[in-house]
Amino acid sequence: MPDKDMLFKEAVIMAMGEEMRRDENVFLIGEDVGASGGVFKSSEGLFDEFGSERVVDTPISEAGYVGLCVGAAMTGLRPICDVMFGDFAFLATDQIINQAAKIRYMTGGQCDVCLTIKTTMGAGRSSAAQHSQSLHAVYAHIPGLKVAVPSCPRDAKGLLKTAIRDDNPVIVFEDKMMYNDTGPVPTEEDFAIPFGEAAVLREGSDVTIVAISSMVGVALKAAEILSGEGIEAEVVDPRTLVPLDTETLLESVRKTGYAVVVDEGVQRFGATGEIASVLTHDAFDYLDAPVARIGAAEVPVPFSPTLEFPTIPDEERVVQTVRSLRSD
Amino acid sequence: MAKKKKKTKGGTADKDKLWFMYRKMCEIRYFEEHVWDVYTRGWMPGLAHLYIGEEGVAVGACAALRDDDYITSTHRGHGHCLAKGGKLDRMMAEIMGKELGYCRGKGGSMHIADMSVGILGANGIVGGGFGIATGSAFSAKMRKTDQVAVCFFGDGAANQGIMMETINMAVIWDLPVIYLCENNQYGEHTPSEKVTGVKNIADRGVGFGIESKIVEGSDVLEVFEAVSAAVDKARSGKGPTLLEAKTYRYRGHHVGDSGYYRTDDEVKWWMENKDPIKLLGDHMIANKVTTQDELDALSESVEEEVEKAVEFGREAPLPAPEQAYEDLYA
Repeated sequence: MPDKDMLFKEAVIMAMGEEMRRDENVFLIGEDVGASGGVFKSSEGLFDEFGSERVVDTPISEAGYVGLCVGAAMTGLRPICDVMFGDFAFLATDQIINQAAKIRYMTGGQCDVCLTIKTTMGAGRSSAAQHSQSLHAVYAHIPGLKVAVPSCPRDAKGLLKTAIRDDNPVIVFEDKMMYNDTGPVPTEEDFAIPFGEAAVLREGSDVTIVAISSMVGVALKAAEILSGEGIEAEVVDPRTLVPLDTETLLESVRKTGYAVVVDEGVQRFGATGEIASVLTHDAFDYLDAPVARIGAAEVPVPFSPTLEFPTIPDEERVVQTVRSLRSD
Repeated sequence: MAKKKKKTKGGTADKDKLWFMYRKMCEIRYFEEHVWDVYTRGWMPGLAHLYIGEEGVAVGACAALRDDDYITSTHRGHGHCLAKGGKLDRMMAEIMGKELGYCRGKGGSMHIADMSVGILGANGIVGGGFGIATGSAFSAKMRKTDQVAVCFFGDGAANQGIMMETINMAVIWDLPVIYLCENNQYGEHTPSEKVTGVKNIADRGVGFGIESKIVEGSDVLEVFEAVSAAVDKARSGKGPTLLEAKTYRYRGHHVGDSGYYRTDDEVKWWMENKDPIKLLGDHMIANKVTTQDELDALSESVEEEVEKAVEFGREAPLPAPEQAYEDLYA
């Protein structure tokens, strides 16, 4: 079957619908995921097809319903637990970090927690500091969790399907600015993207740009600009932070000798730091310059667009960073 | 017309059930006394929160459950786990951090679980069971089984916000779950009354929209009757119940707690007047179910079993260090 062009959010809906049809233990639960189709319209149509028993609208009680999903996931169900904004997941961190991530280990492997938490990240829509954070690194820090960060409609479907089928707690971050992006998506029901396989989205020999989620688009744009200057960038998307496909990243860096890591999470103690450390440690002899990091500014995300946009990495910053890396 | 049988206290517990409850309470009592001993001899690492004095609650509740029903337990969880069918030897081995323990030495005293008999785990977070128990009840309902869940929690956990969140969901969705508060009157070292805005935790039931009831925790039969009724209601799809058992722990918050926050007289009063094992024994003798000699013989044989469990734990091998890297992901 040929790929079909569709919106990121349509790919998300397709993944959930297919998995709910395939396995009666899969259900979707969260705030306004039902009849309203979700605030980002990323569950539209599922309520009509599966009804209120399998597309469950919850009270505004993140700790409560995420906790409920942990119990359900321990006892035979496979919840897709929707947390509208990644910021709100902090209300449920005890359930995610102290419970879901640890139960299998703490009980000596007695019990799988087959839980998918689907939440959002990303600034850029004047939602200010409590609706804009990119918090994937927080969860990547916790043993017992897996973390997926799709960057396009195809990956949104493929990674979400793998998350739902995985017997571990997985947290999937969808950048809310990408829900209306269009791209080709395989329509086969068997299509799923294995975790821990980075994608090389653009080949190049002069510099590696490792980009996460929304920053993949930024990196690709930067690569085009650089190409005009005679610098061919290789763009690599890890797709999952846990597990992290270090080999593909290293292979690229060993080839290019230069690396920039771009992420919308705050730079300090963030995903860029971890990846830069892996590259520096394991490809040290191949590097012609220190690995550069670009993350969000170290302030809460501000409201006014003139304040907000400068805090988010953009292609101009990536281009400048690459230029200065190579000129040092 | 047949004569209506006068309902007596513990009326639905038959002779076998009474023996079961007496035996289980003895198991817990001896187990905990031996944990005290094991701890003070340095045969176990970590902390031990003992359940001595509260046996009537766990046993009365679990006597009303089937093997495939679920419970969630607390940091003071040995009693719940034994009452629900946990094995003395594997529990003792876990407490000692041994490979043959329930969690292969990865959980210890505060995290004992046995999924094969519905023990979804003791929990080191106060209130940690609310989400899991409610979720297991949600799961039973969605899978259309008639399993029920019992969420044990303490008066301390009653001041965690997640209690309101989960009970609210259980109420709106008629989930088959029983929230059973063990009000032992102290949250760690703080008297419950100093940090709780209502006299009874059950009083919150009105605000939450859940049927609630107070029971005497030292009376295992009263607990059994109340939980049985709540279980029948839950199994028949009529939703959750909040029960509050008034109880008391004879020992400190954990082994090593000086107990400065309460008087010796208070502890003594509970031990002399509200001991759940003695009260059930007296009831069984008064109702000619047994004799003191028979109870003594049972008690002796249970203590021997517990001693064997201690031996089992001591002789069990420690886990190899590389096992620290196992069991994390499926």
